[in-house]
Order: sequence, then structure tokens, then C-alpha cells
Amino acid sequence: MSEEKKSTAIDLKNLKAGGFIKERGKDLFTVRLRVPGGRMPVGRLQKIAEVAGKYCKEGMVHLSVRQSVELINVDFKHFDAVVAELGEGDQKVASCGARIRVPTACGGCEYNPNGLVDTQKSALEVDKKLFGTPTGHHKFKVGFAGCPFDCPKSATNDVGFQGAIWPELDKDICINCGLCAKSCSDGAIAMGDDRLPNFDSGRCTWCGDCVKVCPTEAWRAARRGYTVRIGGKWGRNPLVGTLFATFLPEEQVTDFIAAVLDWYVAKAEGRGRVRLGDIIIQVGTESLLEHLRDKFPAAVVASTIPPQIINTQVGQRSIPE
Amino acid sequence: MKTIDLRGISCPTNFVKAKLALEMIDAGETVLFILDDGEAVKNVPRSLKAEGHKLLGLQEVDGHYELTLEKGEE
Repeated sequence: MSEEKKSTAIDLKNLKAGGFIKERGKDLFTVRLRVPGGRMPVGRLQKIAEVAGKYCKEGMVHLSVRQSVELINVDFKHFDAVVAELGEGDQKVASCGARIRVPTACGGCEYNPNGLVDTQKSALEVDKKLFGTPTGHHKFKVGFAGCPFDCPKSATNDVGFQGAIWPELDKDICINCGLCAKSCSDGAIAMGDDRLPNFDSGRCTWCGDCVKVCPTEAWRAARRGYTVRIGGKWGRNPLVGTLFATFLPEEQVTDFIAAVLDWYVAKAEGRGRVRLGDIIIQVGTESLLEHLRDKFPAAVVASTIPPQIINTQVGQRSIPE
Repeated sequence: MKTIDLRGISCPTNFVKAKLALEMIDAGETVLFILDDGEAVKNVPRSLKAEGHKLLGLQEVDGHYELTLEKGEE
């Protein structure tokens, strides 16, 4: 009697961008879903719940720290069915590995009173145009915060964006109420002897509280965009990204990330699995500043400092040479 | 002018109380809110402005703040 070998047919195209992560148990995988900015229509969430109910062996999902829904304990034999059924609800699978990951974002400006820019729009745009782009080296994370409260911790991303506005005062319509000075958390506005607010731009973090509170619209946003920090990461050897651009217009975000990626791909050549921040530390900030200044002269800062090393007090920091 | 004392009430209860107080008066009328220094004076005026009311002025009086406001249209 001949032994019959069982074979499972899987569409390997589905696995190409990653998003299927091996679990401890035999045959079991986590399926990471693509949820840019962590926002989705309720109908899509219902579809996810339906698919999860069918294929997650223990009946559980995990909400990841980067705003994904992860279907856990999924048998690899069901990959095609999971992808197909999620697709009916317009839900795609995310990525893993050395690629541009799904961008994270806060709620943004539409309903959050602190939001200065449309982070949800930025996240969707970056997801659409850059998601899954291979870096050749290591993962590449992007995050958007709508204001300097920075709930998404933008500076821990390879490229992190923080909403900002530059306030400008029209003295003629100021009613000298002092609400702006009282509202400013950074001590950047003080009422002068002439009862007009004095603005110290060196102390400003660009949160826009003065503009929001001003009763007469005397304070207005003269510039709006993103404060951009580059080179952050977490993990074993954390780095906090540093300032490379200010007031980057929202419509330039995707091109800016693509330009950073170009530099990273070239400079990390032959270096293997090294994150952007470590490459900046080794190559120096000037090279990246110069590269970006070509395309974004109005936004790129004159000089900056390398990504800042966080001392975790455990082990010894090492970067592959 | 009606005076509403919101001292000793923390955010966002002070804002909600201000909203309830504003329900009792007509659009165009002026109200005086008394606010604590700190979070209250930082947040309440801005939130009331976002609700469509017109902020008229702010004055510091003995360590607290007096906000005058004109009720906006519904």
C-alpha cells in the first residue's frame, strides 16, 4: 500500500509582504491586519470580528501597540480563506520584516480639540503610497502626532511627524485680554507694559493654544505643518529621533519619507540589519540634512544633533559594523 | 450680569457646569465666570470659544480669574 502524502495549497503571493507571523504552536500564525492610523469604519470592524470568530482558534484577537488588530492562533491552512474573506470587507493584511510599516496616527484634528493637522489623512496617504516598500536593511516606521502632546510618541519612529503651527499676532485687533499668555504652557507669551502680548519664538513648541483661545482671532496660524524628527526606534537599544525639519507642509510628507528612505537605502548598503538611527549616528547628520535640503529647502533645519541614545541600564549597546 | 463661580471644580466638570449655566440665558447676554488659576483658566475659555461663544475679556482678581463671555447663537 502506497503512502499518500497530503499537500496544502497556499497562494504564496499573500505572504510576500509579510503580516503572517509564526506562533509557538504547530501550524499556528498571527495575521496582522493593516489599519493605518488605527481608524476604521464600524462595518470593517464587524467583518474582522466575523473572520476572527471563524478562524481564531481560541476566539481571541490582539490589539497591537501599533494600532493593528491581530488575528491570533490562525492555522496556516486557512491563509487564503482569511485573506479572501477579509477582502470582502475591504480589510488588508499588514506587513513585517524590512519594509515600510503601516503608519500610526492619533485621532487628528477633526474631533480632537488639540489636533493641528490632519494626521489621519497623512497616515492614509503614506499607507497608500509607501506601505510595504522594501528597505533592504531593516524595518522602517512612520508615525503622526497632531500636536506637541504627541500621544503617538512620534520621535520613537524612524520618521516621526508632529503637528505644528507658527502663531502670528495682529496687534490691531488684540483686545489685551491676556488669555493667550495665560494659556501658553511654554512661557512663550508674556503681556508687556503696553498690554500687548510679546512672543518669544525660541520658547514656543508650536501647539497653537494661543490661536485656539484668542477671542478675536488676533493670533493666527502663519505657518502650519509638521515638526519632523528622524532616527528614532525602540527595542533593545532605543534611540529618540532628532529634529530635521520644521513646518513641513502636509502635502510633502510622502515625498519627504521617500527621500529619507533613499538616503537610508544607499548609506546602509552592505551593512545588513541596521536601523536608520544607527546609520545616522555613524554617517553623521550633515549628510542626511544636505540630501533633504535639496528637495525641501524651506523646511529642513540648518543643523541638528544625532539621534539620542537612551541608556536602558541593561546590557551593552552595540551596532553591527 | 450673571456671575457663575466655578472655583474649586475640576476639569471637565467646570466646563460642563458652564455649559449648563449658559443654557439658562439667552444668546447675546453676557455672563461672568470665576475660574481657578492653572488648568481651569487654561482650558475652560478655549472650550467655551469652541462651542461658539464670544470671549470678551479676562481679568486676574486676587489669585483667580474672571472671564466675561457673550452667549453665542444656538
